[in-house]
Amino acid sequence: MSEQTLKRVDLIFGEYSNEKYKVLATTLERTNEDILKDILESGLRGRGGAGFPTAMKWKFTAETPGDEKYVVCNADEGEPGTFKDREILLRVPRKVFSGMAICGRVIGAKKGLMYLRGEYKFMVPELMKELDSYHEHVKQLGFDFTIEIRMGSGAYICGEESALFESMEGGRGEPRNKPPYPTTSGFMKKPTVINNVETFVNVLMIMRLGPDQYKKLGTTDSRGSKVFSVSGDTPIPGIYELELGMSLDRFVDEFGDGDTKAVQVGGASGFCVPRKKFKDTVIGFEGVPTGGSMMIFNSSRSMYNVLHNYLEFFEEESCGQCTPCRVGCQQLLKGIVAVKKGEKKAVYLDQLMKLSESMKITAKCGLGQSVANSFSSIVNNFKEEMIY
Amino acid sequence: MDKKINLTIDGINVSVDEGTTILEAARNLNIHIPTLCFHEDLCVAGNCRVCVVEQEKVRNLPASCATPATEGMVIHTNSMKVRMARKHIVELLLSEHNADCTKCYKNGNCELQGLASQMLTGDHLFLDLVPDKKYTIDMFNTAIIKDDSRCIRCQRCVRTCEELQSVSALGVAYKGNKMKISTFFEHSLFEVVCTNCGQCVNRCPTGALIERNYIDQVWDAIYDPTKHVVVQTAPAVRVALGEALGMATGKIVTGKMVAALRRLGFNSVLDTDFTADLTIIEEGHELLTRLKKALVDKDPTVSLPMATSCSPGWIKFIEHTFPEYLPNLSTCKSPQQMFGALAKTYYAQKRKIDPKNIVSVSIMPCTAKKFEANRPEMRSSGYKDVDYVLTTRELGIMIKQAGLDFEELPEEKFDSFMGSSTGAAVIFGSTGGVMEAALRTAYEIVTGREVPFDGLNITPVRGTEGEVREATIKIEKVKPEWSFLEGVELKCAVANGLAHAKTLMQNVKEGKATYHFIEVMACPGGCLGGGGQPIPTNKEIRSKRKMAIYEEDMGMPIRKSHENPEIAEIYKEFLEKPLGHKSHELLHTHYTPRKRY
Repeated sequence: MSEQTLKRVDLIFGEYSNEKYKVLATTLERTNEDILKDILESGLRGRGGAGFPTAMKWKFTAETPGDEKYVVCNADEGEPGTFKDREILLRVPRKVFSGMAICGRVIGAKKGLMYLRGEYKFMVPELMKELDSYHEHVKQLGFDFTIEIRMGSGAYICGEESALFESMEGGRGEPRNKPPYPTTSGFMKKPTVINNVETFVNVLMIMRLGPDQYKKLGTTDSRGSKVFSVSGDTPIPGIYELELGMSLDRFVDEFGDGDTKAVQVGGASGFCVPRKKFKDTVIGFEGVPTGGSMMIFNSSRSMYNVLHNYLEFFEEESCGQCTPCRVGCQQLLKGIVAVKKGEKKAVYLDQLMKLSESMKITAKCGLGQSVANSFSSIVNNFKEEMIY
Repeated sequence: MDKKINLTIDGINVSVDEGTTILEAARNLNIHIPTLCFHEDLCVAGNCRVCVVEQEKVRNLPASCATPATEGMVIHTNSMKVRMARKHIVELLLSEHNADCTKCYKNGNCELQGLASQMLTGDHLFLDLVPDKKYTIDMFNTAIIKDDSRCIRCQRCVRTCEELQSVSALGVAYKGNKMKISTFFEHSLFEVVCTNCGQCVNRCPTGALIERNYIDQVWDAIYDPTKHVVVQTAPAVRVALGEALGMATGKIVTGKMVAALRRLGFNSVLDTDFTADLTIIEEGHELLTRLKKALVDKDPTVSLPMATSCSPGWIKFIEHTFPEYLPNLSTCKSPQQMFGALAKTYYAQKRKIDPKNIVSVSIMPCTAKKFEANRPEMRSSGYKDVDYVLTTRELGIMIKQAGLDFEELPEEKFDSFMGSSTGAAVIFGSTGGVMEAALRTAYEIVTGREVPFDGLNITPVRGTEGEVREATIKIEKVKPEWSFLEGVELKCAVANGLAHAKTLMQNVKEGKATYHFIEVMACPGGCLGGGGQPIPTNKEIRSKRKMAIYEEDMGMPIRKSHENPEIAEIYKEFLEKPLGHKSHELLHTHYTPRKRY
């Protein structure tokens, strides 16, 4: 990825000092309250997609009593169409480690773990090299916080935080019941902060810029910038850091090929926005949130095929433990095929729509709950393509 | 647990202890929320989602089994949203499920079927997924059949196998649409560490895990005029059979059971309790012999602690998990197998029947007994000791098939001989019972006096379930021939449920505890909580059955095995002496080390 493909904002990947781990060093001189106050002030929300306020997550974990706490970096980047964490880890891993270390200080953890997507094994040697350098620096700073890398094995579900803990503990990657939440019972059933790769980098950015400067980017609900993974029918696919809160039609103006029919925002578990809604759609927590995936489809694409592809993905990647997700995904997939083939009448789509609503409110974890997002947004907006 | 939480369920205000789930809180109000993956004995899974409820101001429907009540919560258990979601979930389960109920062994006793009928799922909402699935049926085991096409993936069996039994023969394999309950490398249950305890069978809500039933074979034998069919009944059956026939939990139905068996057409209705008493004599002498070898002869080859061998689930468990401790197992066959061996020898001789025409049937609270009966070493008389093993549930089915009104049957007595027994034999059905029975006899053999416990009730070994219990009995003022035991403190331990058995054995292995005698029952609560007992079985039900067992013991005129007159008779007429030549040939056995997967 070359520098000139990055647009508008260049905070995440930029180099600001020749002195490594300088921001970390200065941050560690501050009090925990001070650090938390800045993060709260900045309005930072998690960059993994769900958008939970980072300061609150850290605060809850810090307040949970316990000697043993953990910081976990979720680097199991598995959402279809998302590849921004890979770029961050390849280019600025030290910013991620620094963010984790700050978190460790704030919540009182001595140990950080990075759960790395199985397919990113190739970057382990470089990451280890950087980790050595990190450990040297924190040793010099007299700060006790070590980081370890744990490998995933390719299951999408292990990006779900509690399934990720299970996987790291050596169990089968199945989500847990919530409550309890990770802030009280996470990795090894200990209080844990788990954040996305990009969130940790954002924390470092806030520490460097201060909340006021940081807040100048984005909107009230969606502060700061975000790294987007742009793919599909675009002449310029790639990684872009953009300000949050833009409208989708401006995005399509920049990235579309002039014939954009729909944009899938937030990957397979996100929403499909059709052309007629581009103008009214804001990319951010007030509109359509995204973990970074922006898939652009032009008019040559069959939205039935797109949905079929997503459902095949979910049918296979569901962990299989809860009924709505395991069987629901199979039914949605088989159902759209039956309608397309004419084996079921078009009204069966209404039945499937109701099913997807039930999945949304009854599935055990975010995977099953979010299948309805792409399903209902594609079926509602492109019904004729589902039938004919 | 002092803190109280106030919440509202279906408009009723209720106050519960902190940590109470919504499901429990609702049950306290007699509001029944349907469940499938939930089981009182197991940890909460929250994976079937049938128990979802609506919580005001919350978008998603929480699973009531997995969600603790919180202050001010407003819950609706039967709202429009809940009804729709629940129906969808049951419909989804049905779409994946081989719902050919009339071909299913659990027809009429299936939790999924119950829900389907409640929700009027006549109009299947979704596509049938079964034809596309390549479901397998594992029919290779002599005790348990696993039919994946009936499985709803609630994982009760997996949790049972892991948590209660620490066996983990069953686990979850694959993910998504291919997710299934499977074994190590998908081997058949007979090739893996499965102990055949049947606790999974007892907890399976559908027909995915069932006992291999031998009902038709037994009917065939009964109707074959050339065959003489003898039946024996285990102690724990008589306190649970009533449940399978609509009676209240914890009713003692010994007399009615005997009457029913007679009406079913068995030629002779006998009692496993007789050989339970015999086991005590043989095993008691074996223990004393081992103690003598250890204490007097200082024989380094003698293995202590000696462990009981009545529970075939425990036997297979130790063969897999602690094969180095096989010499510690008592060589006594279980009462079932002793009975079978005697049925085709002593009984045959006395009744002048050719043993080849005897069909020996046993009624057991157990599925592992089916495996045990089929062990190759269990045919020392030249014939199979026990031909068919039926569970309590199977007997219940036969009684229904025969159209008997069980509750109205008269109380009848076992045939003799091999039908008389003592209170010591009855308590074999509960955890700690074999230990107590053995102590009642061994202590008296050695000292000539009764055990020094009020009313012969050795309460320290009874205790509650779910822990390893220990007891020490000081042996004093012994008879001259047992002088080497003077002052010896006999150390005993009792475990029920294989998870606790594992703890016990690990303590022994690591030298953390030393014992002379240990009793292990594979199932929680002992045989009364056996895998072949009526469904449901849970802690409350087990405790009622246990009370019934000890009540039966108290009501018996003779309560010590060595005082059973038929026992004296069999030694006089046939066996000659405990641990004698005939005993060794017919009543003792050996064990096989097995692999750990």
